[in-house]
Amino acid sequence: MEPVAPIVKFSSLKKRYGAGPWILEDINLAVAADDFVSLIGPSGCGKSTVLKLISGLSPGTEGGLEVLGTTPKQARDRQAFIFQDATLLPWLTAQRNAELPLRLRRAAAAERAAKARAMLDLVGLAGARDYYPRQLSGGMKMRVSIARALTLSPQLLLLDEPFGALDEMTRNRLNEELLALRERSRFTALFVTHSVSEAVFLSNRVVVMAANPGREHGEVRVDFPYPRPAALRGSPEFLAKVNEVTQLLHQVEATS
Amino acid sequence: MKKMPTVWLWLLPVVCGLLFVALWYGVRRWSGLQSWILPTPGEIVAAAWQERARLLAAAGDTAVGALGGFLLAATLGFGTALGLGASRTLRASLWPWLLVLQMTPVIVLTPIIVLWAGPGLPGIVTITWLISFFPIVANMTQGLLSTDMNHVALFRMANASRLQELWLLRVPAAMPFYLAGLRIAATLAPIGAIFGEYMVGNSSGGTGGLGFLVYSYNTQIKIPALFATALTSCLLGFIFVAAVAWLNWAVLHKWHDSFERDDH
Repeated sequence: MEPVAPIVKFSSLKKRYGAGPWILEDINLAVAADDFVSLIGPSGCGKSTVLKLISGLSPGTEGGLEVLGTTPKQARDRQAFIFQDATLLPWLTAQRNAELPLRLRRAAAAERAAKARAMLDLVGLAGARDYYPRQLSGGMKMRVSIARALTLSPQLLLLDEPFGALDEMTRNRLNEELLALRERSRFTALFVTHSVSEAVFLSNRVVVMAANPGREHGEVRVDFPYPRPAALRGSPEFLAKVNEVTQLLHQVEATS
Repeated sequence: MKKMPTVWLWLLPVVCGLLFVALWYGVRRWSGLQSWILPTPGEIVAAAWQERARLLAAAGDTAVGALGGFLLAATLGFGTALGLGASRTLRASLWPWLLVLQMTPVIVLTPIIVLWAGPGLPGIVTITWLISFFPIVANMTQGLLSTDMNHVALFRMANASRLQELWLLRVPAAMPFYLAGLRIAATLAPIGAIFGEYMVGNSSGGTGGLGFLVYSYNTQIKIPALFATALTSCLLGFIFVAAVAWLNWAVLHKWHDSFERDDH
């Protein structure tokens, strides 16, 4: 079998700001094309920094990082970032917000309108296209944010605690929708979260990180096949995986 | 906050105004002051009616000066703020001097302005511009620098150019600030124009505006007419503020939190 080039490849990466303490130490994470990797760990473990490094928003200090076979910045065209809050522009309608990345790439008006409309349909917001962000609920805003990210058909999707501010019902539903979207669009995902059950439900790999300095502590493989039904959350196998991750988190908290 | 019934929003200020007028009549009656020191509201309205032709013509001239200076301040203020917001170097170099300009009393500069811009409308417009420029620049610059960092990251991630970031992100995000600056400028512009007219005089061939009427009525000791001029200035100011309030509504009401949303 021919080895597949990794989508993201860290090699002994270290990161700090100026002469400050090390934020990340010796990161060697590798992400393959069909991976959905969740990063979980105590606050200050640098999991959001990992996403910033991959997106090229922040450079590494030592070591190497390859994204989609090139540098993070040059890979920007093929990756998309979903932030903790929806970061919609409040003066644009849902439709215009979803069009924004294509507009910034100077796509033709008709093309970007059609693509944005298709993605909003896909996230269930066909009827809310002309609403302004303040007219939308938290969950709907996040759906627009997801639609906006997917208009560019990215190979790699980076999600920084996107559902952290939502209630559990909405969060669960959006988890299911995210996996359904992935069945269609086949992107690789890196997902930062504080929720163990969310991580287990979404990912095939859960990476547990330790803090001070941030480093990889351990990894749990989650081999439930996709698509995953909502009922999976109640199964004993699922709860066993949740326990396994929780135990790793307890170890991390005891050592740091 | 609970919404107040619309009737009350109209009724309360009217009742307040009526009480004030009653108080005014009371003070006049019990103090024994004469009409040329404290005219009653009735006498002022009568004077305004008598002088209506002069007041209206003068108000028209003042409006031209005020509008000229205001529009100049609105456009130059926008442009200056764009420069200041886009470049740290420019901001560091120019900001102290803008403050110096703002700190210098306009009255000190007036003779110089008349010397350079000439008397009449050019001088009046310059004085109005000078008075209303700073709040626009200060507010707009603040707005351009207050952009949400996550929005900036979003644009950086999309490889947006500096120009795209400015026009599609920073300028729209600064609009509430710019409009707040315009609101302050709208209250200052008629004052600036009247002050300018008072200082510069009516050598331009027009009526000399409300500012010149103040000078003229004062020397003639037409005190009720002086009060009527104040009333007219007030109305002119209201028109300016109302125009900017409308602009503010037109630009912001659909998306900004300062307006109640019409729920679907």
